[in-house]
Amino acid sequence: MTTINLSAVYPEIVITCFALMILLLQSFDSRRFKEYYGYVSLAGVIAAMLLVFIEPSSFFAHHVEYSFNEMWVVDNYARFFKLIFLLGTGLTILISMKYLEDEDMQYGEYFVLILFATLGMMIMASAAELITVFLGLELMSLSLYVLAGYTRARMISNESALKYFILGSFATGFLLYGIALIYGSTGTTSIRAIAESMGSYGLHTPGLVMGMALLVVAFGFKAALVPFHMWTPDVYEGAPVPITAFMSAGPKAAAFAAFVRIFMAGFPSLQVEWSGLIWIMAVLTMSIGNIIALVQDNIKRMLAYSSIAHAGYVLVAFLSADELGISAILYYLLTYTFMNIGAFAIITALSGRGEERVNIQDYRGLGYKHPFAAIAMSLFLFSLAGIPPTGGFMGKFYIFSAAVGQGYIGLAVIGVINSVVSVYYYLRVTVAMYMQDASAAAESKMPGLFFSPALVVAVFISAYGVLSLGLFPSAYIAIVKESFLMLH
Amino acid sequence: MMNSPNFPILSVITYLPLLGILVICLVDSKRHDLMRWVAFLTAVATFLFSLPLYFMFDANTWQMQFVENLPWISQYGISYHLGVDGISLLLILLTTFLSALAILSTWSAVSESVKGYMVSLLFLETGMLGVFCALDFVLFYVFWEVMLIPMYFIIGIWGGPRRIYAAVKFFIYTMSGSVLMLVAILVLFFTHYQATGIMTFDILTYHRFGLSANMQFWLFLAFFLAFAIKVPMFPFHTWLPDAHVEAPTAGSVILAGVLLKMGTYGFLRFGLPIFPQATVEFIPIILALSVIGIIYGAMVSLVQDDIKKLVAYSSVSHLGYCMLGMFALNLEGVKGSILQMINHGLSTGALFMIVGMLYERRHTRLISEYGGIMKVMPIFAALFLLVAFSSMGVPGLNGFVGELLILIGAFKSSLGYGLAATIGLVLGAVYLLWMYKRVMYGGITKDENKNLKDMSRREYAYLLPIILFIVWIGVYPKPFLDKMDVSVQHLLEVMNRPRSTRADLPMNIGLNSTHAIRDYQQFAADQR
Repeated sequence: MTTINLSAVYPEIVITCFALMILLLQSFDSRRFKEYYGYVSLAGVIAAMLLVFIEPSSFFAHHVEYSFNEMWVVDNYARFFKLIFLLGTGLTILISMKYLEDEDMQYGEYFVLILFATLGMMIMASAAELITVFLGLELMSLSLYVLAGYTRARMISNESALKYFILGSFATGFLLYGIALIYGSTGTTSIRAIAESMGSYGLHTPGLVMGMALLVVAFGFKAALVPFHMWTPDVYEGAPVPITAFMSAGPKAAAFAAFVRIFMAGFPSLQVEWSGLIWIMAVLTMSIGNIIALVQDNIKRMLAYSSIAHAGYVLVAFLSADELGISAILYYLLTYTFMNIGAFAIITALSGRGEERVNIQDYRGLGYKHPFAAIAMSLFLFSLAGIPPTGGFMGKFYIFSAAVGQGYIGLAVIGVINSVVSVYYYLRVTVAMYMQDASAAAESKMPGLFFSPALVVAVFISAYGVLSLGLFPSAYIAIVKESFLMLH
Repeated sequence: MMNSPNFPILSVITYLPLLGILVICLVDSKRHDLMRWVAFLTAVATFLFSLPLYFMFDANTWQMQFVENLPWISQYGISYHLGVDGISLLLILLTTFLSALAILSTWSAVSESVKGYMVSLLFLETGMLGVFCALDFVLFYVFWEVMLIPMYFIIGIWGGPRRIYAAVKFFIYTMSGSVLMLVAILVLFFTHYQATGIMTFDILTYHRFGLSANMQFWLFLAFFLAFAIKVPMFPFHTWLPDAHVEAPTAGSVILAGVLLKMGTYGFLRFGLPIFPQATVEFIPIILALSVIGIIYGAMVSLVQDDIKKLVAYSSVSHLGYCMLGMFALNLEGVKGSILQMINHGLSTGALFMIVGMLYERRHTRLISEYGGIMKVMPIFAALFLLVAFSSMGVPGLNGFVGELLILIGAFKSSLGYGLAATIGLVLGAVYLLWMYKRVMYGGITKDENKNLKDMSRREYAYLLPIILFIVWIGVYPKPFLDKMDVSVQHLLEVMNRPRSTRADLPMNIGLNSTHAIRDYQQFAADQR
């Protein structure tokens, strides 16, 4: 099967072309086009989304396409993840435009880097081979390092970029080392071939187990799982708000995309080894994320810890490793993209120039001053807390069903108790918005918010997603189940 | 149209308040009176729509009636399944009745952000009705949790000085109980799935499903926690006084009148029929906790200096009676328990309204601030006394009928608990009468109380309908008891019936199992 099937990479090609086009536009006249970079990149994202659905065959045809000597695979699993990434990217672009205008930093590089990061994620989702995973991961990470420090005048943003870069490169080292050990034990980097060689020879060398453990470290870092989460709060706090939104949704989902594919398709025979490890990590990730979030006053930091906790819920579904578990992961990551970016959209609108208002007390009285923004924020927060009738509830319900179905009842109990703990800090924001009076000082600080049309659109799309995932999950579950079936 | 068997009357009742919300949202937020009227009329319309339920309800069968069954998340056998039987019928009517009156009772007390307040109240009504109608675990759970949001805002935004603490405590306390129930529901689902190969969350299916004793014990424990917190039973009651004292009048009325009944209703719908063996094992603990609740609640009420707190603690005591009657597990006890749920909703709801009237006039709830009110408000005094009598169970009023039935049931099952509960009855008379004496009798000690106005027309409008039912149930309870007779009998039969772990499909080709069969066929097809 020495084929080069270009139609399998059409969406990636489109993204690349649009990114290059923005670079070109900028080099012609950076002043004149500064309003348009966002729209151009948005057009690229939408075009890629359509192509994901129809190329190289339709989503509902269940066709699995391999390309580039089986380094690349397009199945429904990859397609579903690409849709999540593109959705996250599209929403991020919508909320970025006004932010950049406020900060007076409307440069093309911003959108180019976002598109390249998305490209990296898409490569990770389609990679059928470990070196391709590495390629995608690096493309994504390098773009994100720059984006985290994009507001370069602010010290905290620089700190964020530097921390992320140093720790991130370290984690990449773990990934490569893990790949090397696995290659040494099995003689291949293809995920399918790894599974086959383990199956036929019953390979259980220490090198292989070590390699697997190193991969857990690397993906644990990218998905911010405890104990590899230390970078998250600082990086999320320092990065520009839209980038924080972006990082908490897309790259996290991408890390899980590769993580799940490698472990489910590549190491099924090592499940005994990794399930104990993942059990402990799931409990720690949920509990530590939620408990530390309780005491945060900065809302970005709070959501950073909450995003750690949410990765923990995903790990619970990961552990059950069956059809229900994987489809629960897909469902949850889709929901999480909507609710988290939705919440960050409101934070972006409120933060103002130079991100002055990012503390929970700045939200006092928002419910009376800007009722619609407050209602939307409450919706996203209740969804994050997992209260029906939102998608967050259905997602958690799905995840805990998967856990109980595989007999992890103890883990499910720890998970639901954690979600009660999390309610407290999400409620803190609604308490501030509705139940506390704005002090005179805060009142004067809160200007008439300017909601740009793009931002409003982003909030509406997110709200629609959150509600429809919660009230009418049947159609989404059908899609999610289709996406699972093609994994093996 | 409404006589047609396919008319989705339960959905109409449940979602009518949402329509009202939509209209309110369109109204300019400065027109407070218009919004109040819209909310009130919506609630009245909901009540009127729910009346046919009573008249068309066939009391000769235990089968679910007015059933609606549509697939919702068909992949996992989750359906949109609504239905009413003799147990839930009266609770639904109580909900629509009290919701309308609660909106009326809070007409002038809330003057800030009226829009949000009315929206919350109507949203709450939808949630409560959904809980009583739902016959699918997931649907039930969704409504059960949804209710927390409007109640949280009602307490937190329009409540008293410690409202934030009370609202957050209410939310987290209630939720921590119910999430464990969620895990138990999932365990139940997978146990059933492994035994029969059928994916279904249909509650009635589980009424026939046999579980091992050990499994029953743990699952019952999880359900017990959720419901015991909601009831609230003795050691889990600490959220209640906070929530009640801080909530605005309408919030307290709904909280005491309907929300607490969800816990007891949960025991009747889930605890008893699904886990019969565990229920019997738990009887000693539950009866003991109920009796402790009865006496403890009464004694704590006795020493309160805040009228509202007194009424709140009296709820702990009254709900103890409901639990006692229910777990006597005989016809009298369970029927008395259901009737007592209604009675408590009416009389405690009325008591909270009365406290609200006093508070609106004086803006204090301390007993010591009052005294001799009878002289300035004679009609109010008479109605207050009537409601207090109803709450303590004076013959001729509703409380007596319920408590009598419960005590008959309790004595039948155990002499000791029956005697202890009777002591609670005496204490109930003591704290209510003593409070009444201090508030209403004697000379007027405070100057501010000299010019209090007697009841206004609006106040008559919401207190008199309740008093009508208080007297009606007290004098002639038959129309209410008859409706639940067959259903309660069936419930007790279900508990004693031997079960198999396999669902007996051919027996139940009713609507409720069609989804299950279809899912099973789907599952079988997938396996091939």
